[in-house]
Amino acid sequence: MAGKTDFGPPFYKDLLPPVILKNYGQWKYHERVKPGVLKHVAESGDELYTIRVGSGRLVSTDWIRDVCGIADQFCGGHLRFTSRHNLEFLVSDKNQVEPLIAHLNKEGYAVGGTGHAISNPVHTQGWIHCHTPATDASGIVKAVMDDLYEYFADSKLPAYCRISLACCLNMCGAVHCSDIAILGIHRKPPHVNHDTVRAKCEIPNVIAACPTGAIRPDPKEKSLTVNEDKCMYCGNCYTMCPGMPLADPIGDGVSIWVGGKISSARTPPKFSRLVIPFLPNNPPRWPEVTSAVRNIVEIWATHAHKHERMGEWIDRIGWERFFDLTGIPFTVQLIDDFTLASETFRSTPTFKW
Amino acid sequence: MAKDSKTPLLDQLEEGPWPSFVTEIKRAAEKKDSAKDLLHQLERSYMDRIGHWKHGGIVGVKGYGGGVIGRYSDLPEEFPAVAEFHTLRVNMPSGWFYTTEKLRELCDVWDKHGSGLTNMHGATGDIILLGAPTNALQPCFDDLAEIGFDLGGSGSDMRTPSCCVGPGRCEYACIDTLDLLHSVTMEFQDELHRPMFPYKSKIKISGCPNDCVASVARSDFSVIGTWRDSIRVDSGEVTNYANEGMDIQAEVVDLCPTGCMKWDAGAKKLSIDDGECNRCMHCINLMPKALRPGKEKGATILVGGKAPIVRGALLSWVIVPFMKMEPPYTEFKELVRKIWEWWDENGKMRERLGELINRLGMRAFLKAVDLPPVPQMIRAPRANPYYFWDPEEVK
Repeated sequence: MAGKTDFGPPFYKDLLPPVILKNYGQWKYHERVKPGVLKHVAESGDELYTIRVGSGRLVSTDWIRDVCGIADQFCGGHLRFTSRHNLEFLVSDKNQVEPLIAHLNKEGYAVGGTGHAISNPVHTQGWIHCHTPATDASGIVKAVMDDLYEYFADSKLPAYCRISLACCLNMCGAVHCSDIAILGIHRKPPHVNHDTVRAKCEIPNVIAACPTGAIRPDPKEKSLTVNEDKCMYCGNCYTMCPGMPLADPIGDGVSIWVGGKISSARTPPKFSRLVIPFLPNNPPRWPEVTSAVRNIVEIWATHAHKHERMGEWIDRIGWERFFDLTGIPFTVQLIDDFTLASETFRSTPTFKW
Repeated sequence: MAKDSKTPLLDQLEEGPWPSFVTEIKRAAEKKDSAKDLLHQLERSYMDRIGHWKHGGIVGVKGYGGGVIGRYSDLPEEFPAVAEFHTLRVNMPSGWFYTTEKLRELCDVWDKHGSGLTNMHGATGDIILLGAPTNALQPCFDDLAEIGFDLGGSGSDMRTPSCCVGPGRCEYACIDTLDLLHSVTMEFQDELHRPMFPYKSKIKISGCPNDCVASVARSDFSVIGTWRDSIRVDSGEVTNYANEGMDIQAEVVDLCPTGCMKWDAGAKKLSIDDGECNRCMHCINLMPKALRPGKEKGATILVGGKAPIVRGALLSWVIVPFMKMEPPYTEFKELVRKIWEWWDENGKMRERLGELINRLGMRAFLKAVDLPPVPQMIRAPRANPYYFWDPEEVK
């Protein structure tokens, strides 16, 4: 069949379990049976149980074969994945639910992530396979979720909590609208390699790629020069041109953003806001990051009302109170100075001490 | 499995309750040298605190301009098996539903040609096959085609669109997300496989305003299911929620953003002024057995969402408050084509749709794509007096 193109993905209806084909679009309601388990009931009365399992996102074909074996045993050979890298076993026979969970627990799978829990963090490739990372992705996620596992396995938070990680400002994935976003950042301007710039880069495109106008032609070198005072290390020039690397073991690290959301429930979607401008890359377990994230989660969980997402809680109490309660120091980096900065400045003397 | 003493840092990430990606790399490393070198190069990154992948490089398969991401180690002498370690993005089926048979076929192909490592799934939604040398790409794609898996998007093309579980399992679904996704993906195969735009373009489809695929934050075209008539209420089930301990006044009514609900605690009766409801989903999320979206369903179309690069992150903006979404989805597809045409004509290199609308103005955009201005598009009218008139209007 060599040479065949544009035939598209497998047709989804060929892959749906019989209970879904029968009740497609005819679901009536659902219940959260217990952490990690959803029950959907159709107009026909048919029931579908979903058992959600966290995955590390980076998985081997052996792992896929393992979970296929489980799906054959308990789910008639059907399974699905979620938009947050979870695996879901779909069970139409209620009697199989508890044996499946017992089997998953015995084999060490992470059952949870439903309801008022921390779901599987969306994340990127990091040092494993990306050429522009400012930090690793899978390693931090592993360390953070080992630490917060109780909040994945149980459903005991005031509301959903979505943690996401992107290893650079490109932000593959929607980390900029997460309850807690972990974002890799650089802190040093690119180091211009004139030979590489001359050989491999389209100079006008690199200049145009800079959001702050920090890059200018260097006619003498037939290359580029960076106005370091204007550079905020986004790395877009490096994406355009391999002669502008800016990764650096001391300069690179992690920033923490909070209070974003995607859903329109109660309040409109909103961006996460910067609260910690830099934490060092400290592999393999990034202890500064794990403790910062745990602190924010627990202060929110202690003070928020029921159903109040991180950002809704902060909107109610005010950012000054957020910094007060979390003990996070407020630094000048947290005050915006990009294009829409003034929208974030306060124009009223009504605030808290 | 921690026999490999060359990775003392990564070995520490095999401890703990969360699934370990290190264990997964080690499993693949038992069969594949490339996975073993990946592990060792990653350990080096953990020591050096820096990545060890070189800047891209154009690789691909015959007939396509996208779908494969070139990746080369910057330490090829030390880690020769990952000197070339390219990614294939494989277009996932709608809703990420699989049969085990289909997944095993995929594993067989990937074990034959690549590292045996995958992401299930990548951030855009594709199946990511992580790591194959250049000469394996075409044979791998040929074998993928044999089992019915095509490549997804990369570069300046339509990226692989994605959708939520929709009518497959969710009673909130106001549109057939799975079918719409498949139809759109098939309609735009050329745009998906052959980069020809100013930059990437993303389409994401959610069945309701809960937006489980984060379309509003990360897609140029966000399709979000909604309804126009009244929330369907099962009064008996409302009473049951109250009897089972839900504080309907505090948890539902007081949190309604529009104040359109009233709860009569004595009579255990909920009333909704549907004309004032903005369909945020909060009450339905809390009482799915009692409350359901209305019956006149469709989608709100929003455009312009993106992550920060280049000129800052944007959330998508409403441009069509309500559109019926029924096969073959002609109205939606025509709108997408019209918007792409305007963007393609006016967009600078690496300028996403939202950034172009910001640069040229929503006024120019609405005129170009022939959409009427309506108050549902804005949070507030302008607060400055700097606006334009078409000379034709001043007569």
